Amino acid sequence: MKACQSILFVLLLLIITPAFTAIESHTFDTPEQEALFKKMTEELRCLVCQNQNLADSNAELAQDLREKTYEMVKAGKSEAEIVEYMVARYGDFVLYRPPVKSSTLFLWIGPVLFLVIALTVATRFVRSRQSASEDPELSDEQLRMARDLLKKENQSS
Amino acid sequence: MKSLRFAIPLIIFIGLLVLMLKGLNLNPKLVDSPLIGKPIPHFSLPELLDPVKTVEPEQFRGKVWLLNVWGSWCPECWREHGYLEMLSQREGLTIVGINWRDETADAVAMLREAGNPYTAIGVDPDTTAVLDLGVYGAPESYLIDKQGVIRFKQVGAVTPELWDNQLSALVSQLESEG
Repeated sequence: MKACQSILFVLLLLIITPAFTAIESHTFDTPEQEALFKKMTEELRCLVCQNQNLADSNAELAQDLREKTYEMVKAGKSEAEIVEYMVARYGDFVLYRPPVKSSTLFLWIGPVLFLVIALTVATRFVRSRQSASEDPELSDEQLRMARDLLKKENQSS
Repeated sequence: MKSLRFAIPLIIFIGLLVLMLKGLNLNPKLVDSPLIGKPIPHFSLPELLDPVKTVEPEQFRGKVWLLNVWGSWCPECWREHGYLEMLSQREGLTIVGINWRDETADAVAMLREAGNPYTAIGVDPDTTAVLDLGVYGAPESYLIDKQGVIRFKQVGAVTPELWDNQLSALVSQLESEG
């Protein structure tokens, strides 16, 4: 019974989707336009409440920018044109996905770089542990000495 | 060399610490405006005190002027208002206002109460010119040179410190330019 409940609980958690504020009703001519509007408002940052996207934010500026995005989508502008419009006014910061530039290069290759470093260090560590734990090879001379020592030990006790 | 290996994580840790401390001291609101060094975008807004007239940036060509975005709903604008007034009177700075997302009656009441430092005030209730200027809050101010190029942007109030440390020198430099 308890297991059933916890499974149900997890399932309920799964069906909760991010509730983007969709108080304003927008009508679109085509499903493509609607998809573009959704994509743009989710990828553009609200400048006032900087950790929210346009779709999420209730700030007045976000509403204005959302409205502007809607107008542009409705006017048949492409994604590139909308992004260009926003970047010309608010800079790259308005994009949640910054373009690859010399100033943002570290942002893009950083994670890969750290992964490579971590993997290299891990592999080396594991290898060194493996070689240390392998049975040490003993020469015949050493084996004979060990046997003698053990024999002595037995005799004395 | 081997004895120093233990220090590597420590060095990385200290490096991260320095980066993060620096990040803590940065103001995330200070986003560089892409408009610096570009001509001010054109707008044509009705004058607040005389709606028959319009306010356009071209009217101030040949002057060094400050464009100030404000609203009577914005507490920081009230705070900076007195200083703007002082700047326009003592320093003779041309200040043009954009009254943003405001009620005309409230805006006029504010000017009556706190004084009017503006040479002209454009009304922008629907965030049209303000959007073109890349404004994201009030107050924001732009310093514009004689050619109509934006040379400086201040997010937040114009303070005595800002004027003394930066703006004053920049204004006189721009005044001396052709």
